[in-house]
Amino acid sequence: MKSRFIPLLMTFLVFIAMYAFAYSRFDSFGTMRIVGNLLRDNAYWGIAAVGMTLVIVSGGIDLSVGSVIAFTGVFCALMIGRNGWHPLVTFAVILSIGTIFGATMGYLIHYFKIPAFIATLSGLFLARGMAYVLSTDSIRIDHPFYEWVADLVYVFPDRGRFTFAAAAFLIILVIGIFVAHYTRFGRNVYALGGNPQAALLLGVPVARTTIYVYALSSFLATFAGIVLSLSKRSGDSSIGVGLELDVIAAVVIGGTLLTGGSGYVIGTFIAVMVLGTIRTYLTLDGSLSPWWIKIVIGILLFAFIALQKFLSTRHGMFGKNQAVEAAKT
Amino acid sequence: MDSEKIDTHSEKNKASGNKIIQALRSDSRLLWTILALAIILFVNLLISPTFFNIRLVNGRLVGSLINVLDSSAPYALLAIGMTLVIATKGIDLSVGAVMAICAAVSVVLINNFEAGATAFYYQPIFVIFITIVVGAICGLWNGILVAILDLQPIIATLILMVAGRGVAQLITGGQSPTFTNETLAFIGRGVLFGVPFPIYIAITVLILVMLLVRRSALGLLIESVGVNDRASYYAGVRASMIKLFVYVISGICAAIAGMIVAGEVRSADPHTAGLFSELDAILAVVIGGTSLFGGRFYLGLSVMGVLIIQSLLAGLYVSDLHPTTNLVIKAIVVLAVLLLQSPEFRRYIAQPFRRLA
Repeated sequence: MKSRFIPLLMTFLVFIAMYAFAYSRFDSFGTMRIVGNLLRDNAYWGIAAVGMTLVIVSGGIDLSVGSVIAFTGVFCALMIGRNGWHPLVTFAVILSIGTIFGATMGYLIHYFKIPAFIATLSGLFLARGMAYVLSTDSIRIDHPFYEWVADLVYVFPDRGRFTFAAAAFLIILVIGIFVAHYTRFGRNVYALGGNPQAALLLGVPVARTTIYVYALSSFLATFAGIVLSLSKRSGDSSIGVGLELDVIAAVVIGGTLLTGGSGYVIGTFIAVMVLGTIRTYLTLDGSLSPWWIKIVIGILLFAFIALQKFLSTRHGMFGKNQAVEAAKT
Repeated sequence: MDSEKIDTHSEKNKASGNKIIQALRSDSRLLWTILALAIILFVNLLISPTFFNIRLVNGRLVGSLINVLDSSAPYALLAIGMTLVIATKGIDLSVGAVMAICAAVSVVLINNFEAGATAFYYQPIFVIFITIVVGAICGLWNGILVAILDLQPIIATLILMVAGRGVAQLITGGQSPTFTNETLAFIGRGVLFGVPFPIYIAITVLILVMLLVRRSALGLLIESVGVNDRASYYAGVRASMIKLFVYVISGICAAIAGMIVAGEVRSADPHTAGLFSELDAILAVVIGGTSLFGGRFYLGLSVMGVLIIQSLLAGLYVSDLHPTTNLVIKAIVVLAVLLLQSPEFRRYIAQPFRRLA
């Protein structure tokens, strides 16, 4: 087995262990009800995590996803609920806005050498601020299209529901895996994250790749906001505060290196499911206080980072990334 | 940056007299930061003619400027610690969570004292001491992860950032306890010679840290570790000790900031205490001209970065703009300041002028 698959395998084993433990305590984890709910409840931030994986593989970071999700929700609610736009028109408009937003961040990062952390932090403030400017109230959406989407559901024999959100999540996941591993853009992203200098010398279009990857991340965050809007049928400007941390944590637990150049979209998906399982378990088991989720995520983060470190010092597997670190200065 | 300067000199010879090019191409961080602060203060004055007025009410100075300084104090503390961390090419995302932990620790301990506990470590002065030690331990944890385990700082401190608020809630039992103790409250809302006490704390810490790093070789060692930790190590600098040290300092600063915030509102809210303050602190450091890639650092300018952000917020507060627009304007101004400091952007802007010359 190649050592680069070990973090992925560990994530998968943790997921199996977590799920088996949860199943041993609550039989309902064996039903499609819980599986369907897991996919539905984690769909929106899972979609954002797919985009974040690519950004982190490219050696960057995107702190703006939580705010972009909130902005999208408020925008949709305002345009559909108050201004009477058709949802599909609204979605097209907001997806364009989101993509341009991300591309602008990528532009600032590449051409003006503003660190990704700081540029996307401004993006976080801007998107959240725009959401507040649009509305500080929670706005309900009543539209036939939303009801039609809510009825798009496959019901399992045990009344488990495979909803639109779950389907959207899985489709984005498959597209994400395809883009990351089977397209020229995906290979450019890995090359850029592995060693920017070498990538440039080898003819990787660094500027275009950087701009595209942030545009893609914001596009997916916007799409995540639409999915959330469709399932919640309302828009709230204070939703998703601090969500970017959960997303980054999931990407790291999924085996992606924050230094860039290495990682798998499928690992992120499994990590999203791990965190979702913990959350569902804590909800079902009322005796545990909600703050344990944060502590457990912290412990998992530590365990996975320590594992990656252990593997990298043993095999020199990620040794190249230290060279990148040095090159970045 | 040296090549930049040489460039400027040769440019001066070629197009002497063209001040615009020189101003746009010069790399003086001090100039750009002071300019940004001056512009924001000037705009504030235009918005509210009484912005610079300071009155003495009941033995306490009152005025917008005093408010700016007062609200800057906890962020200035964070920025001081953060500057040292960033100078070693690190980053400390956990300071907000450490603030929450320390606020929780101090309030829970002081409430034991108020409830009649007589053990010496419940005395207010010891509570303050213990809280600072807790902050130092949090910093030590980050430092060990970064310096000894050699983890990437952004993820190493992400662990405590994520788990820290959980720990703070664990300490307070999920509540937001309030307190009445005057000693602890004085840290956040006391007034000494008419000036709010947090301002004294921030200035004292700034002077102490400046003396520590600039009057000894420590500052130079921090910069050398930030530029190249391996080379520093081979040159005989104990790079890991330096890193450990800066994270501990950052933890201590966060602990004091946590007590200030707890004292201000006489309670410790594990959810909101110090929320996003790590981002504001990092922003202030970057606005102050310290590069996120380590090396040269500017403590005074970081504090000035804090003042820029807080003056901006104060200006928004006195303006007629609806409070919901605050974040948008903050984002735009911050972006403008960052672009102003980006040599690439200044060169881009200078291009048309250069053609004229």
